[in-house]
Amino acid sequence: MTAIIDYNTGNLFSLIASLERVGVDYKLTSDSEEILSSDSVILPGVGEASNAMSELRKRGLDKVIPLIKAPVLGICIGMQLMCSSSEEGDAECLNIFPNKVIKLRGKGIKIPHMGWNSVANTRSPLFTGIEERAYFYFVHSFAPVCNEFTAATTEYGDIFSSALSKNNFYGTQFHPEKSGETGEILLRNFIKIKD
Amino acid sequence: MLAKRIIPCLDVKDGKTVKGVNFLGLKEVGNPVEMGVRYALEGADELVYLDVSATIEGRETFLRMVSSVAKNLNIPFTVGGGISSMEGASALLMAGADKVSVNSAAVKDPALVYNLAKRYGSQFVVVAIDARLKDGKWVVVTHSGNRETDLELFTWAKEVEDLGAGEILFTSMDHDGTKQGYACDALKRLSESISIPLIASGGAGKREHFKELFVNNCAEGALASSVFHYGEINISDLKKFLKSNNIEIRL
Repeated sequence: MTAIIDYNTGNLFSLIASLERVGVDYKLTSDSEEILSSDSVILPGVGEASNAMSELRKRGLDKVIPLIKAPVLGICIGMQLMCSSSEEGDAECLNIFPNKVIKLRGKGIKIPHMGWNSVANTRSPLFTGIEERAYFYFVHSFAPVCNEFTAATTEYGDIFSSALSKNNFYGTQFHPEKSGETGEILLRNFIKIKD
Repeated sequence: MLAKRIIPCLDVKDGKTVKGVNFLGLKEVGNPVEMGVRYALEGADELVYLDVSATIEGRETFLRMVSSVAKNLNIPFTVGGGISSMEGASALLMAGADKVSVNSAAVKDPALVYNLAKRYGSQFVVVAIDARLKDGKWVVVTHSGNRETDLELFTWAKEVEDLGAGEILFTSMDHDGTKQGYACDALKRLSESISIPLIASGGAGKREHFKELFVNNCAEGALASSVFHYGEINISDLKKFLKSNNIEIRL
């Protein structure tokens, strides 16, 4: 069973539809025991970082998520919340990944970064069977900086971490649930990870 | 590098994809869900569904269709057509739409753009702008081009960006339906005057029109409908052609 953490953050329809297409058994939950006893956990997220953090805190989930031993996948804002802090709303985050999340910068770029961009320097079981520089769908204005936990990079203006991994924690800045067949491969890869 | 986007647009009336010029002589061209899935397989980067129903029943059918699209499609899609309230937009979001596009309602009530962006984020809000060139000035029109406004394209685009729009979809009414190419000059100027993505619409007739648009960096995405619906341009062939012309494209 995969727990999708439910913390009142936007539309989960696409993620659920995508897990159903991939054939994943899931449950939407904000219950800490249920989350801690799942085989894997997805932290989704759409919206604004500081609000999303306060929704997690309201449910005590900021204390629960770092304790999870099963594989955890944060998607978009979900991954950003697992970083140390975000410039968006000046949010203190979970600090699972020590990366700062900063506003996208670089010469002549349009914000939000919206559309399909290539993902390079992949080093994570998430990308098994996915070719280097494959395209994924992005919609965001902030992203984590690069460091030793960077599991993939993308160039838009500057280069940022488009995936992170540390122990049993994984994250993608792009939306696998909107990234066609490539995204579905990534979701299947995540479900197969046994830590 | 960010890829340029190819975006088929489907006009939907009472649950069927239709195509016609200025909504006269609408012709059914297929099931919108099946067509969307087929376009996604051919390599479409995202889709736009516009509700052109005139009745309440038609609108309800559209909402059910949106859920079905969301269940079956693995790429993003925008919905538009007659969205005039937070409630209407919210129902479409809950049905699974990734973005909503507002047009006439934004002109009538600009606060709608601000409120949608504030509540759901800029990434959810596309403002569609229709305009035509009149005495050397791009005049914004609404209601499928039937009503002229006092707004000028470039000022209005900047205003909706400031209100929180995440993307602009610009249709030149002078080019729409002509198949003579996109309004590249106006698009280029518009693209340079805003800092959010721009989608070009109106005028696509052959592959070279897409090439001209992208080579000159006039827009981040290109929307077209009839050339795809009638099989005049195959999306997969189009993308290979663009790629072979050194345009950043997802194959």
